[in-house]
Amino acid sequence: MSDEPLKKTPLNQVEKDLGGKMVDFGGWELPVQFSGILDEHDAVRNRVGIFDVSHMGELTVRGPQAVELLQRSTCNDVTKLEDGRAQYNGLLYPTGGFVDDILIYRMADDDYFIVVNASNSDKDFEWLEQAAQGLDVEVRNVSPDYAQLAIQGPEAERVLQTMTETPLAPIKYYRFDRGAVDGAPAIISRTGYTGEDGFEIYVSPEEGPRLMRKLVEAGVQPCGLGARDTLRLEAKMALYGNDIDQTTTPIEADLAWIVKLEKGDFAGRDVLAREKSEGPRRKLVGFEMVDRGIARHGYPVVDGKEEIGVVTSGTHSPTLKKAIGLAYLPLDKSAQGSEFNVLIRGKETRARVVPTPFYKRAK
Amino acid sequence: MATPEDNRYAKSHEYVHLEGDIATIGITEYAQKELGDVVFVELPQVDTELEAGDELGSIESVKAVSELFTPVSGTVVEINETLAGKPDLVNTDPFGDGWMIRVKVSDPTEVDELMTAEEYDEYVEKEAGH
Repeated sequence: MSDEPLKKTPLNQVEKDLGGKMVDFGGWELPVQFSGILDEHDAVRNRVGIFDVSHMGELTVRGPQAVELLQRSTCNDVTKLEDGRAQYNGLLYPTGGFVDDILIYRMADDDYFIVVNASNSDKDFEWLEQAAQGLDVEVRNVSPDYAQLAIQGPEAERVLQTMTETPLAPIKYYRFDRGAVDGAPAIISRTGYTGEDGFEIYVSPEEGPRLMRKLVEAGVQPCGLGARDTLRLEAKMALYGNDIDQTTTPIEADLAWIVKLEKGDFAGRDVLAREKSEGPRRKLVGFEMVDRGIARHGYPVVDGKEEIGVVTSGTHSPTLKKAIGLAYLPLDKSAQGSEFNVLIRGKETRARVVPTPFYKRAK
Repeated sequence: MATPEDNRYAKSHEYVHLEGDIATIGITEYAQKELGDVVFVELPQVDTELEAGDELGSIESVKAVSELFTPVSGTVVEINETLAGKPDLVNTDPFGDGWMIRVKVSDPTEVDELMTAEEYDEYVEKEAGH
């Protein structure tokens, strides 16, 4: 632990006022919960909740060769984007491992807005700046310019629509528009990290607190990091630092759908091409516990005395009322229905590979 | 919620309520708040012999797992079976229906060494304030 003071988002005081239980989250002071994880989880699945995700970083990539830079540095095909659309993508090392998993918004054909993980924002910025050398493109770290609020749940559109004149219904999943929310200029994006319908809005740090208070007054449940984790895990959305990192490739992480080998050369392409044709060494699978217990991040998967894999995320699923998780397993042991043992505090505990996502909302 | 004065308290946030030679053990209000929503409790079997300081089981909340320790030595005579179906009793009624095990104590003087309610409140205040 460093002795540096915790970083605070623009919503810090609002969260304390709302009774948030604040914790150190990678150097940021953020609420782990307000009324309770189960309660907040339930609000997002059935009504609507709001999360402060202002700790996330934002970069801009602008210039005539912006597309070229992004095509070289990421595995998904950025040329498939149109203005007003967002794309989930991987920023990769030449080894095929993740620098970060990111969201790319196309504002114009030479103007991209990139949302990155909080703990990676400096690293991502430096990585992209390095890769931009010799190209006619400017990379900027604009993280301090934004507060980010995620309004998630089946009632998100109805509630948010009362605060904006921008028509929300035409903004389909993974699209965005620019408008105003309660008078505050905003990027309004139909994206999220919960597996539920909802929006992520980017506003100035000055406007953030007022919007959060207004949304909570309108009946939106304030939610913390705890519910964010149970929600994203049920939806099998990867968490950088848990499920993916510099040592794992998108193919191993079961994210082959963001790997577009046909787009031309990019960092890590050789490794990913080989993994696609020959199969990766290991694969990220979803599992349910067969025996009682919750297998959590870092618990080893064992076969007799041998450690053959590792649990990357695990929790009690509030929706399914079961213990679920994600683990890397050797490819030949990763088929659905396969059973394996996790060492939970020294005790071999049975788990079974199941289809994912664990939870999928009714359309 | 006031800390009940007819219990004794351990630094690991378990309470002991002694009646005769039977100690009822659970976790405190402070501990359940720190843990958050409890989703299951792993308890020892009846007749297990415990030494003071032994791990007696674990509590899983949505957020984390934490170990339970017995502050007193003795033999487990009863476990709270209700918690298997309603683990949230630990959150809603930690000092009442959320109790965990009953132990026939082998050395009642161990109970005297634990903190009183007043001492425990002071201890928690210090711990919370770091």
